[in-house]
Amino acid sequence: MDWLAQHLLTLIIFLPTVGAGVILLLREAQRGLIRRVALGTSLVTFVLSYFIFKGFEAGDAFQYVEQVPWIPNFGISYQVGIDGISLLLVMLTTFITPITILSAFNAVRQRVKGFMVALLVMETAMLGVFAALDIFLFYIFWEAMLIPMYFIIGVWGGENRLYASIKFVLFTMLGSLLMLVAIFALYSQGNAQLEYYTTSYLELTTLKLSPMTQTWMFLAFALSFAIKVPLFPFHTWLPDAHVEAPTPGSVILAAILLKMGGYGFLRYCLPLFPEAAVRFTPLIVVLAVVGIIYGALMAMVQPDMKKLVAYSSVSHLGFVVLGIFALSLQSVSGGIIQMVNHGLSTGALFLLVGMIYERTHTRQIADYGGLAGLMPRYAAVFLIVTLASIGLPGLNGFVGEFLIIVGSFNTQPVAAIVAVVGVILSAIYLLWLVHRVFFGQPAVALSGIGETGKGPKLPDLTSREWAVMLPVLGMVIILGVYPQPFLKRIEPSVTTLVNTYWQATAPAGIDQADVEIIDENKGNK
Amino acid sequence: MSNIQSLTYFLPELILTSSAMVIILTDVFFRGRNRNRLIWLLSLVALGIAAIFLLLQTTPPDAIFYGALAVDPYSRFFKWIFLLATVVIYVVSPYSRELDNNPRHEYYLFMLLVVFGLFLMASALDLIIVYLSIEIVSIGSFVLAGFLKQERLSNESSLKYVIYGALSSGVMLYGLSLLFGIAGSTNVFDIQAALSGVPDKAHLTLAVALLLVLTGFGYKIAMVPFHFWTPDVYQGAPTTITAYLSVAPKAAGFALALRILGITFGSSPDMNLGEWLPVEGLPFGTLIAIFSAATMTVGNIIAIQQSSVKRLLAYSSIAHAGYMLMAAAILNAQAVSAIMFYLAVYLFMNLGAFLVAIFIHNRYGYDEIEEWKGLGFQAPAVAVAMGIFLFSLTGLPPTAGFVGKVYLFSVLIEAQQFWWLAVLGVLNSVVSLYYYMRILKAMFLDSEPTGERISGHPALSGTILLLMIPVLLFGVYWSPLMNLVRSSLEFFSPGM
Repeated sequence: MDWLAQHLLTLIIFLPTVGAGVILLLREAQRGLIRRVALGTSLVTFVLSYFIFKGFEAGDAFQYVEQVPWIPNFGISYQVGIDGISLLLVMLTTFITPITILSAFNAVRQRVKGFMVALLVMETAMLGVFAALDIFLFYIFWEAMLIPMYFIIGVWGGENRLYASIKFVLFTMLGSLLMLVAIFALYSQGNAQLEYYTTSYLELTTLKLSPMTQTWMFLAFALSFAIKVPLFPFHTWLPDAHVEAPTPGSVILAAILLKMGGYGFLRYCLPLFPEAAVRFTPLIVVLAVVGIIYGALMAMVQPDMKKLVAYSSVSHLGFVVLGIFALSLQSVSGGIIQMVNHGLSTGALFLLVGMIYERTHTRQIADYGGLAGLMPRYAAVFLIVTLASIGLPGLNGFVGEFLIIVGSFNTQPVAAIVAVVGVILSAIYLLWLVHRVFFGQPAVALSGIGETGKGPKLPDLTSREWAVMLPVLGMVIILGVYPQPFLKRIEPSVTTLVNTYWQATAPAGIDQADVEIIDENKGNK
Repeated sequence: MSNIQSLTYFLPELILTSSAMVIILTDVFFRGRNRNRLIWLLSLVALGIAAIFLLLQTTPPDAIFYGALAVDPYSRFFKWIFLLATVVIYVVSPYSRELDNNPRHEYYLFMLLVVFGLFLMASALDLIIVYLSIEIVSIGSFVLAGFLKQERLSNESSLKYVIYGALSSGVMLYGLSLLFGIAGSTNVFDIQAALSGVPDKAHLTLAVALLLVLTGFGYKIAMVPFHFWTPDVYQGAPTTITAYLSVAPKAAGFALALRILGITFGSSPDMNLGEWLPVEGLPFGTLIAIFSAATMTVGNIIAIQQSSVKRLLAYSSIAHAGYMLMAAAILNAQAVSAIMFYLAVYLFMNLGAFLVAIFIHNRYGYDEIEEWKGLGFQAPAVAVAMGIFLFSLTGLPPTAGFVGKVYLFSVLIEAQQFWWLAVLGVLNSVVSLYYYMRILKAMFLDSEPTGERISGHPALSGTILLLMIPVLLFGVYWSPLMNLVRSSLEFFSPGM
């Protein structure tokens, strides 16, 4: 049992790959078995990760740390561990993956074996990114996500999948290679200062880097993360990738992949390069706010449902970045919670859009209308998810947005005010979407369906679809009503992050008063 | 060391030459139906014996034939690379249908001679040997490139190769003679000693000599702007030979250039922790950096437009030479080891990719990207292997190519020089991702499964899959290879 506890994190990371290996041994024709193995593996992974969540003790230290020398000559080791920030994202990953696999039962009917393998390998890579405490290991997991995602979009995607998949890969690769150069530079600085080679995150954070070095390294890391988030103006790959990806691909992309940008900012950019972060905060905050407004405006005019949701992601992730760079306890916690929320609600929106698409084979909003009468249960679920995404109190979105905006008022008042406008805009485009799709006269294309028996039938949610949606809805409500268990685990890590950040940068022009505000905030919670 | 004593250290090379003689005689006197098979077997046995003698050679660094050739771990490392590449090509050659209408026994003979030349290139310490070894390799390669006598492209390939080769070796010879004129000796260590006392007036001559010599070396490793022969030769030559040319002579070119230029123009004659000494008015490191930048950029940009996979791989191999030159701009132990590591990795991934091209060529007789459509369903194992080779060539983890590139980049960053070159290298990797993806896309995404299966000869498919193992293994656990490289970083120098 002790052994299990010590290696729990590694077990969680690599269990999906083991499942993928088992699937590789099966034949394509054994479709049912393949699906069951995939679902089973991801569910076991989730259950194991729940033990981590339970066993996680509130505190700012890394827990479940494991370290095994890997390439000792170069100081590279296999080192994983989680703190409050990564805990939630690991949980999100293990939670979303089984749901995605279940949804793929319907959405992916061809070459099931390859799809499940790609998805499970993705899960390993994603968990690895969140858990890695060795910067080299982190980079390997980071790049390893690229290949399965390329295939998920490229093989199982829509009409324009080739363009979208190549664009996705090139954008991501460009960012990550520059990050690689910065990683080497960091590695070499580490050797110069510590006098031994190491790639351990914990040791590299102790380095004192000159402002100039910090600036370059920050830019290289930040570009990579900004592309991933995506921050305006690096977002152009996102709508293409989302629209072309199959439903499960979109869900993984929206729910987890995009979070890696935010996670990267928190885990690497801020602690490693605090002074450069201060210098670039205004720029990034402006880009985040532009992204919030721009994404919302773009979402408003999209005729395609999936594209609308994709642009809403740009807008919502602008909030996350704003929260992170506003750098107060509330805003950063809010940013993390908002990442989870966005994962849940946007993931759910993609699932819902996928479900209706499978029935009607159209995603054009203009083709719909009056759907609430035809599929009342579907409509209800859709409405709840939409409201969660808007940020209705009592549902999850509210907690994150509220914390971000409140937290940002202390440090970035103007940005916070503009961001509020973004909240209003998101209410407009999402409710307008609901209005056009579910209410009013049934559209011509849909009328008659179900009554005369002509054309495709529009059955309401099937039991499998309920199985997909219910866990998400449950989490949406739990996070909305009682976020305390989650916030409690985040807070120590965020407090440490924010405090060390302000202390590291205090002499560089921020007066003591601000630091005290932070300390007060800490007391207020 | 005197000539007779030297012979014991020269056994691998002697085996190669004497077995070449045996093969010529067999060719004359044995007229049976199985002649091809017999000669094939003889050559493989010869390579095996040469490998055994190479393995037994564990003496400390020394020079043989009165200082003309070095016998040191550095040259042994490269000899292993040549042997490995040659054996791979030998194993698959009987199964390449391209060669079916031609007498294969001559082909095996010439390959053995080329290996002999490559062995000399890796250990040359004398300008005469430098020239001779390059010529031995070149002449063998000219014949091999034109081996498909009935095909226009192959003839064109051979002719172009000869013309370019003749010109560049002439230019190089001129440069070598200038060096000899300045130093009064053909031995590199003598030259190095003489150069440190060269009066200022001679510097222009020295710079010219250096540039001329660089032309010859640049030709061998296909460095821009001496690369023009590469695409045509690579396309026209039999694919087995293209694969071979893209790996073995290129590695030999690097081995030779690093040693000769490193000794003559580097700051420390034993090549440990040196840097390029600027010849007056000619900052050598920067020059190499510029060549590197040009090589990778030109190679990658032109590769994008290719529709023939062989041509695409030809241009990409130019780009890879550019990546390796990146490290050559810094001449220290770390740089040399990074290049050696990359060459070893490159051997596996590039040979692998070319073998898959042979696989396709056997089936369709063309090498357009079009023909690769649907390979993912028709031959899944081979296609997955190709995917891994391509990811490795791009430099994506967890493949060996990634680790190799990491070392190359880290050389520049550790030295804190040529940052722009590192960034350019990164941008080039992104470009290369795009065209490698085109092949990947054709294999997996462009067509629907038809149920048709294609299979090659087990020896061919088996070799492809075997090559995949090191590419993956060294991507996660590369310490053994790196340790081998580190321990091979021992050069002969007369001071020892």
